Amino acid sequence: MIDLRRPIADLVAEVKSGKLTAVELAQASLDRIEATKDFHAVLEVSPIAIADAQAVDARVKAGEDLPLAGIPFIAKDNYLTLGTHTTAASNILANFKAPYEGQAIRRLKAAGAVMVAKANLDAFAHGSSTENSDFGPTKNPHDPTRVPGGSSGGSAAAVALGQACFATGSDTGSSIRLPASFCGVVGMMPSYGLVSRNGIIAMGSSFDTIGAMTNNVSDMGLIMDIIAGKDPDDATTVERDPSYRLSATAPSLKGKKIGLIKEYLAEGIDPRVKKTILETAEMLKAAGAEIEEISIPLVDLALAAYYILVPAEVSSNLARYDGVRFGHSSKAAANLEETYRLSRDEGFGAEAKRRILIGTYVLSSGYYDAYYKRAQKVRTLLIREFKKAFKTHDFLIGPNAPMPAFPIGEKAADPLQMYLADICTVAVNLVGSCGISVPAGMADGLPVGLQVIGPQHGEVGLLEAAQAAEAVIGDWTKR
Amino acid sequence: MSKIGVTEVQRVAKLARIGLSDEEAARMAVELGQIVAFVEQLQAVDVDGVEPTDQVTGLVDVWREDVVKPSLSRAELLANAPEQKDGYIVVKRVLG
Repeated sequence: MIDLRRPIADLVAEVKSGKLTAVELAQASLDRIEATKDFHAVLEVSPIAIADAQAVDARVKAGEDLPLAGIPFIAKDNYLTLGTHTTAASNILANFKAPYEGQAIRRLKAAGAVMVAKANLDAFAHGSSTENSDFGPTKNPHDPTRVPGGSSGGSAAAVALGQACFATGSDTGSSIRLPASFCGVVGMMPSYGLVSRNGIIAMGSSFDTIGAMTNNVSDMGLIMDIIAGKDPDDATTVERDPSYRLSATAPSLKGKKIGLIKEYLAEGIDPRVKKTILETAEMLKAAGAEIEEISIPLVDLALAAYYILVPAEVSSNLARYDGVRFGHSSKAAANLEETYRLSRDEGFGAEAKRRILIGTYVLSSGYYDAYYKRAQKVRTLLIREFKKAFKTHDFLIGPNAPMPAFPIGEKAADPLQMYLADICTVAVNLVGSCGISVPAGMADGLPVGLQVIGPQHGEVGLLEAAQAAEAVIGDWTKR
Repeated sequence: MSKIGVTEVQRVAKLARIGLSDEEAARMAVELGQIVAFVEQLQAVDVDGVEPTDQVTGLVDVWREDVVKPSLSRAELLANAPEQKDGYIVVKRVLG
């Protein structure tokens, strides 16, 4: 059996040398998905995975130099993909088949990667546990009675289970970093605009970042190197750095100034998570980094701003689901008004409705200035605080969530409690910085990740710092 | 605490074209009330003279060449339509 958690570079080298084939890797991935299907990480296996792998083998044989030759991956099901459904884990798109593929998927396939399946998520990426999936939650690989985090919970669980070499994700407020932390994998959100949003189902269009989950930081560098960069089909994309690939040995942390965000370790944090983060900070210090506590007072209010601005954008983006052009259409509708109302009532789950209603409320006449406009101004102030912090610090660190993976059902009935799980992550999306979660230790058998935050467009430095932290931490399962 | 009643929820639901049962609306009133009470924290921030942020890229006026590119066919785009006829999407009568 092929272990898909091996370094991607090694597997690519073996495909190129003929020791392994893309088909063998894809089959290993499909077998592993089948063997671990009870975790419900995957919503659908691609019926064209083997054919795609055969095509990659032919390209390798023809002498094409493919940086991800034969590497099987799983796409979060809010990525439009050909050959499968694309549901965003919502009933309103249960039968939707995308007519085109997005930029990130096209780039990965062009690089020789093979998409084997679509991963579960909180419907429309609204959530922190995958319990908001209309098709049932994913289970945490470390404890199936607990959530994998969300919204990219299927992606994180799939990588942790070795179902594929990597998985794609999207992060609007926590959705890559939090599940990566809960499942013990590496998860990175680049700065807004580095990776095209083209072909990814929109949630909060000024917040959505496109990233991935991998088994190690070096693999993450390889994936970023493929998906990053300007795209004429997404006018918000920015210029990339020449390379995101990492060298084999981790760089030194000597002299790096790292700020430990005080507010993230305040009251309310699980003591086990706090302990892991503080111990990890000590290890980074021993490795030469200068660590000091830093206060970013407004991060305490970031979640409040987030839950005005993002639902506002969500309510706009979900307006397209009208039961007319695509998606679920109510059979009971007698007129056009009812087509809208009933299709949306039947098709959207409770959380999508909740966010549409909050968003519509804060944008509606009489509330716009008090809520929406004010939150946009708080966003400006938060950007200023982060800019100030990065004047004196190379990186900021903290936990990804105040707690490790929580039991399935614990927060499902209380939306506000679920929102509070994102308290350590949303600020990064509001300010347009980049962040990565690196596994740092265990809390009673549950993984805890270290969140490392870099300045806007500081992905190269962030990846290097994460690689250094990964090396310093060593075997996190024993900590 | 909750400033949002069932009537307000139904008003917003109507704006958003979402049908809600009375039971759903009652539950949403409680939940939205809690969420709105939570975001009220922002009222304490001094935002006088602060410009709002719409987007974080700093990009302005991103242009592309004005050229015709290949696009998806009508059949591909109509394939997901719930109801179609003669190459058109069928919609319920708009004008009475």
